[in-house]
Amino acid sequence: MSYKPRHARSNQLLDLKLAPWRMATVGGLLIGGLVLVAGRAFYLQGLNTDYLQGKGDAISNRNLTLPTHRGQVSDRYGQLLAISTPVESLWARPSELKLTVEQRAHLARVLGMPESELTKKLTRKGRGEFGVRRPVTPEQALDIAAMGVPGLYLRREFRRYYPAGEVAAHVVGFTNVDDVGQEGVERAYQSWLVGREGERQIVRDRRGNIIRDLAPIKTAQMGGNLALSLDLKIQYLAHRELAAAIKLHKAKGGSVVVLDAKTGEILALANQPIFNPNNRRNYKPTPMRNRAVIDTFEPGSTIKPFVAAAVLERGLFHPDSVLDTPQTWRVGNKLVRDEHPHPRMSVTEIIQKSSNVGAAKMAMSLTPQQHWEVLHRAGFGQLPGSGFPGETAGRLRDSKTWRPVEQATMAYGYGLSVSLLQLTRAYMAFANDGEVMPLSFLKREPQEVVGERVFSASVAREVRAMMETVTQEGGTGTRTRVPGYRIAGKTGTAHKLVNGSYASDRYLSSFIGMAPASNPRLIIGVVIDEPSDGVYYGGSVAGPVFAQVMAASLRQLALPPDAPETATQMTQSTPPVMAPAGKGV
Amino acid sequence: MSRLNIVLALILIVCALAVIQAQHRSRTYFVGLERLKKEARLLDEQWGQLQLEQSTWANPARVDTLARSRVGLISPPQERIHVETVPADTRVATP
Repeated sequence: MSYKPRHARSNQLLDLKLAPWRMATVGGLLIGGLVLVAGRAFYLQGLNTDYLQGKGDAISNRNLTLPTHRGQVSDRYGQLLAISTPVESLWARPSELKLTVEQRAHLARVLGMPESELTKKLTRKGRGEFGVRRPVTPEQALDIAAMGVPGLYLRREFRRYYPAGEVAAHVVGFTNVDDVGQEGVERAYQSWLVGREGERQIVRDRRGNIIRDLAPIKTAQMGGNLALSLDLKIQYLAHRELAAAIKLHKAKGGSVVVLDAKTGEILALANQPIFNPNNRRNYKPTPMRNRAVIDTFEPGSTIKPFVAAAVLERGLFHPDSVLDTPQTWRVGNKLVRDEHPHPRMSVTEIIQKSSNVGAAKMAMSLTPQQHWEVLHRAGFGQLPGSGFPGETAGRLRDSKTWRPVEQATMAYGYGLSVSLLQLTRAYMAFANDGEVMPLSFLKREPQEVVGERVFSASVAREVRAMMETVTQEGGTGTRTRVPGYRIAGKTGTAHKLVNGSYASDRYLSSFIGMAPASNPRLIIGVVIDEPSDGVYYGGSVAGPVFAQVMAASLRQLALPPDAPETATQMTQSTPPVMAPAGKGV
Repeated sequence: MSRLNIVLALILIVCALAVIQAQHRSRTYFVGLERLKKEARLLDEQWGQLQLEQSTWANPARVDTLARSRVGLISPPQERIHVETVPADTRVATP
C-alpha cells in the first residue's frame, strides 16, 4: 500500500498493454492461494473437527474421580475400632521408568530394602502399572517425590487402621489390601461399609482451576459408619483377664463373651490366641478364628440348669425335692459317676454341687422328646443369629435317635456341642426372666427388640436362685464371687474329645454367670481350653476370669450393688476419709 | 429510526458487558467454591487422622499401662470402697 501512483503517470499505467499471461499468472496464484486456504480451513473445520476438538478438550477438559472411603467402625460410645485414612503409596509404570544407578541405590535406601530385591521388583516384565510399596511413610513420600524419577509416582490410597489393635480384632475383623472385608464385622457389613466413587467432567483454565462442570456431578457415596454394641473398656478388660488366665494356666486358648441381658447386645467378645489386624504380613489362620462364635465344644455341666428348668417346668420336681444320689448310677451299660458324692441331694444342691448322677436322674424322668424340646427352645442346634460370618449352630441330634445312655450323658453336657456365644445366649433365658433377646453386634435401643419366651418367669427365677447357691459356701463356684453383688452361674468342666474318645487329662473349663442376680444386667461366659498347670475345674480356672471381668464391668456400668451389706464385708472401721455430713452429695 | 438504532446498539453493548461481568463473577465464585470444597476434603482427611491419633492415645491398653506404671494408680481394694445409697428425695433435688 505504500505505493502511491502519481497523477501524471496514472493514465499511462492504465493504458499499459500488459501481456495476458501475466494477468493469468497473478490471478491464478491469488485464486490458488485462496483455494488452498479455503481447503485447509474446510479440512480442519469440516473433516477433521472431531480429532482437533478432542485435542483441545484434552487440554482443558478432565474427568475427575471423586474419591470415597470406607465407613468407620466404632464401639457403642464412638471410640474408633476401624478407620480409613489416606496414605501415599509408591507405584511404577515400567514403560516410562528411567532410573539411574545412583537413583536406584538411593531409592533402595529410602525404602529400606536391598537393592537386588528392588531391581527384581522393578524389572518384572509383562505388567502394567504396579505397586512398589503400599503404603510408604510420609517421610519416604517426600523423599521419593523430590527424586522426580519418570515412571515412579505416588498415588493416594486409603488404608484401614485398627486403633484398638488386637483387643477387638476378632469382632471387627480386617480388610485385604483392596479394602474388601475378609473377616468379622468388616466382612459381614461389607456392602454397607464400602463407598461408591463419584465422577465429574470439568473444564480447567490455564492455571488448573476448575471453572465449569460439563455434565451433572455423580456425587461420591461415602461408606456408611457402624456403631457396634461393643464397649471398648469392657472389651479390653475381658481381653486382659483372659490373656492373664491363659498364661497362668498354660492353656491352649479361650474365649470370653459379655452380653447385655436386657437387650441381647454383645458388649465384649475376646478370644485367645490373638492377632494384630494392623499387620498384614504373617497372617496365620488359627489365631484369627473367632473361637467364641465359630468353634464348638461339649458344654459339660453348664447344661445342667436347662435340665433343672425342664423338670421344674413340668412339675416333676421342686427346687427342694430330694433325690438319692449314689456315687455311681447305672444307665444301660454305662455308669454315671460323681467325683464328690453326697448320698442325698435336693434339686438345688444338684445344681450347686454339680452332680452328674442327680442331673442324669432328673433327665431320665423326661421323655427324650421333652428333653430335646427344652434344649431346642433354648437355641441349641440352631444358629444363634448374631449375623457374624461363619457362626456355628452346634450340634443337637434328633431325640428319636437318642439311646437312654445318651439322654443321661446329655444331662451333664456330653453328646451335644455348642459355641460359647450360643451357650451364653441361652443363659439369657435365666437372666431375663425366661425371655431370650436376639443377639446383636450392632448397638441398638432397648425398645427395638422383641424377645422370645423360653421359660416362664417363675421357672427362670427358680433356676436363677439355684444358680446363686453355686457361688455360695458349698458350691462349685465360690471363686466367682464379686464383693457387693449377688452372682448366679454354673461351672463346667468337660473332658475333651480327642480322636473319638474322651481324654482323661485334657479339659475345657467353663463358667457362665450373671449379675446382679436380683435383676441381672450382664451375662458373662468364659471358657478356657486345656488348662495344663494341674488346675482344671471350671470354678477355679474360668471362675476367677469371670469374677474379674464381672467386677470391672459392673463398676464400668455403675450398677448398684444388690448384696446385703453384711455380705459385702464393708468394714465400719475405715469410714470414707471425706465423709459428708449431710445428704447433699 | 436511526436514533432508535443507536439507542438499541448502546443497550446491546451494555448488556453484552453485563454478560461478561456476570460470567466472570460466576467463574470467580465457582473457583472459590472449588477451592473451599478441596479445603473441606483436606480438613476431613485431617479430622480422620486426628481421630485415629486420639483413639490410639486413648487405647485402653495404653491408658491402663500408663496409669499403673507412670502415675501409680491402683483399683481400690474392696474395704476402701463405701457405697452410698442416695435417698430418693435428694436424688431428685440434686442437679
